[in-house]
Amino acid sequence: MLFRYLFILLTLFPLKTFALIEVDITRGNLNPLPVAVSPLSIEEESKNNFKKILDIDNLGSEISAVVENNLRQSGLFNPLSKNAFLQKPDIANLKPRFEDWNLIKAQALITGKVTFVDEKLRVEFRLWDVLAGKEMMALAFTTVPSNWRRVGHIITDKVYERLTGENGYFDTRIIYVSEKGPKTNRIKKLAIMDQDGFNNKYLTLGNELVLTPRFSPTNQMVTYLSYFRNLPRVYLLDIETGLQEVVGDFPGMTFAPRFSPDGKKIIMSFAKDGNSDIYTMDLENRIVERITNHPSIDTSPSFSPDGKYITFNSDRSGYQQIYIMSKNGKDVKRISFGNGLYGTPVWSPRGDLIAFTKLHKGKFYIGVMRTDGTGERLLTENFYQEAPSWSPNGRVLIFYRETKTNSKGEGFSAKLWSIDLTGYNEKMVETETDASDPSWSSLLSN
Amino acid sequence: MNRNIIISFGLHTLLVIITAMSLPFLSKKPLDLPQIVSVELIQIKDKTNIPFAPKAKKIIEKVKEKEKKLVSEQAPPKIVKKQKPDAIPLPNKKIEKVKKIEDEKQNPKKVETEIKQISEFEKKELFDTNNIAALIDKSKVESAETNKKMDKVTQDQDKDANFKGLSLSEEDALKAQIFGCWSIPLGLPYNENLLVRIKLQLKPDGSIIRTEILDHARMNKPGQGFYKVLAESALRAVKLCQPLRVPSSGYERWKELQLNFDAREMLEG
Repeated sequence: MLFRYLFILLTLFPLKTFALIEVDITRGNLNPLPVAVSPLSIEEESKNNFKKILDIDNLGSEISAVVENNLRQSGLFNPLSKNAFLQKPDIANLKPRFEDWNLIKAQALITGKVTFVDEKLRVEFRLWDVLAGKEMMALAFTTVPSNWRRVGHIITDKVYERLTGENGYFDTRIIYVSEKGPKTNRIKKLAIMDQDGFNNKYLTLGNELVLTPRFSPTNQMVTYLSYFRNLPRVYLLDIETGLQEVVGDFPGMTFAPRFSPDGKKIIMSFAKDGNSDIYTMDLENRIVERITNHPSIDTSPSFSPDGKYITFNSDRSGYQQIYIMSKNGKDVKRISFGNGLYGTPVWSPRGDLIAFTKLHKGKFYIGVMRTDGTGERLLTENFYQEAPSWSPNGRVLIFYRETKTNSKGEGFSAKLWSIDLTGYNEKMVETETDASDPSWSSLLSN
Repeated sequence: MNRNIIISFGLHTLLVIITAMSLPFLSKKPLDLPQIVSVELIQIKDKTNIPFAPKAKKIIEKVKEKEKKLVSEQAPPKIVKKQKPDAIPLPNKKIEKVKKIEDEKQNPKKVETEIKQISEFEKKELFDTNNIAALIDKSKVESAETNKKMDKVTQDQDKDANFKGLSLSEEDALKAQIFGCWSIPLGLPYNENLLVRIKLQLKPDGSIIRTEILDHARMNKPGQGFYKVLAESALRAVKLCQPLRVPSSGYERWKELQLNFDAREMLEG
């Protein structure tokens, strides 16, 4: 009985005293987050050992420079100038004085230590929340010294993941077609590099024309198109061993082979009896299966990340537009309805967007739309650009852009560019030569 | 048995008291409650001995005309209970007329200002100049009292405002400040329900005593990485922004605040 009264009392007890004022914060700024990347501390002995092996004076500073550069390139972070740092790297790694870092407006701090242990490189790093005054993450890696750049990329991925909530894309590589010489007589080679442009390697000699290299989901294999005696061939190349294998000779025009998400099939388009359609080839038994059968030109197929759907472009409506269909070619549905021509659709690794190239009124655009065709956004516009490829986290696109080198249109240059989904962070990716047809690998450390 | 009856009686009484004191609809004053009209009792002589009475009369007439206009623009006054004839002895018709107009224009809701006007007219026209000083003194006291009353009213309103939240401008100022401090983690998905609610305890100067994430348990659940990132960014924003731009008064009202951080609008755009 008593409890019943108490219950009634509690329910009726001054209700208004609990009326808390609520304020909805629905907007924020998109300014890059100020981050302090303190040079990783290194003792004299380790410094000397690494200098002998790698010919680098201060490996700690070099690794932190890799991290800093990656964060800056992402457009989401603003690494602060090291000149403003008040605390020495070795002390900062043990216990940062947050007031000092707060003073220079850093919101996050990266510290670390590099040591030479049993001929190997050991890197510890810590991520600190300066405003909360607490450690957010602490990790250590051990690897061969020559892998020091990768360590920097992996640290960046971890920091990026912790601060943005999505996977990073820094410990990745990009394969592309390196181009040299005049436009009428270009020498094209396959090349591979880290996503930041370092560790560039050429995979072919340039005797044959190579086109559209694409990574397999496992990163070990690349499929690409090459012309041998003027006949298109689809190749498989093992990056680690350098072994090449001909998947098959295909008649007529063949385009853009691409792996299925499970890596067991290749999807491509080629012309049979004068009609270009989409086909898949099983890599185990080499059986070719026809997916579309339409008198129009169907090209540029790309699987959805779950492998259930395929997006491609077709001129079956009279103009080149983007379509999706199920993996067996049924339920074909047009998704692009804007003005102009749409091509090279690529399904995002996150599955929510499709990137494309659009040609409208003589200009080329790289854009994205949802998989049902809504929410089309054009990210960048130029004289000529195409072939977007997604970063593994589905946040950044890499593509190539051709530019006239002078006002008369003489000369010619093709370079790789990246742009993020906001459309604001557009950057050129440095390459030794001209470059085209980039393809972004998935994370190497996975 | 008796014990139970006593407990029951006691609790019922407590219940009634608490209910009467706390329920919002009981504590609010009814809107149409007629307010008390304060009337000043004064002694009036048959004839004025103000030296320049005709001039004063003209001025009064001008004022009356103005007031008539004003009265016509106002909403029709509510019916006020007629004052007893013996409450204010009115020696002649002229004064009656003045009083009548005053009655007409009298709006029971605006008592204070009208009291002042009455006393001014009366000072000029109706009273012995010898008493002016005394009247002024009195009016001073009165106006002070009126001010006190007004202050009291303001405080009451302030008490009511405790439960009304921030005004639009106060809320906008606070929002604008936090918008500038909150770096939205752009990697978050826009199609997930990510709402971070943070309760703040504030000092009168807007600096933060304590922050509390209301769904704190969600932060450490597996698969809630996005929520954790958003919550941390929101906490950083609050800490970066302090002292918050809070209203200069009514600390009781906003000493505890809840901020709801929702990035979907930004991420979708």
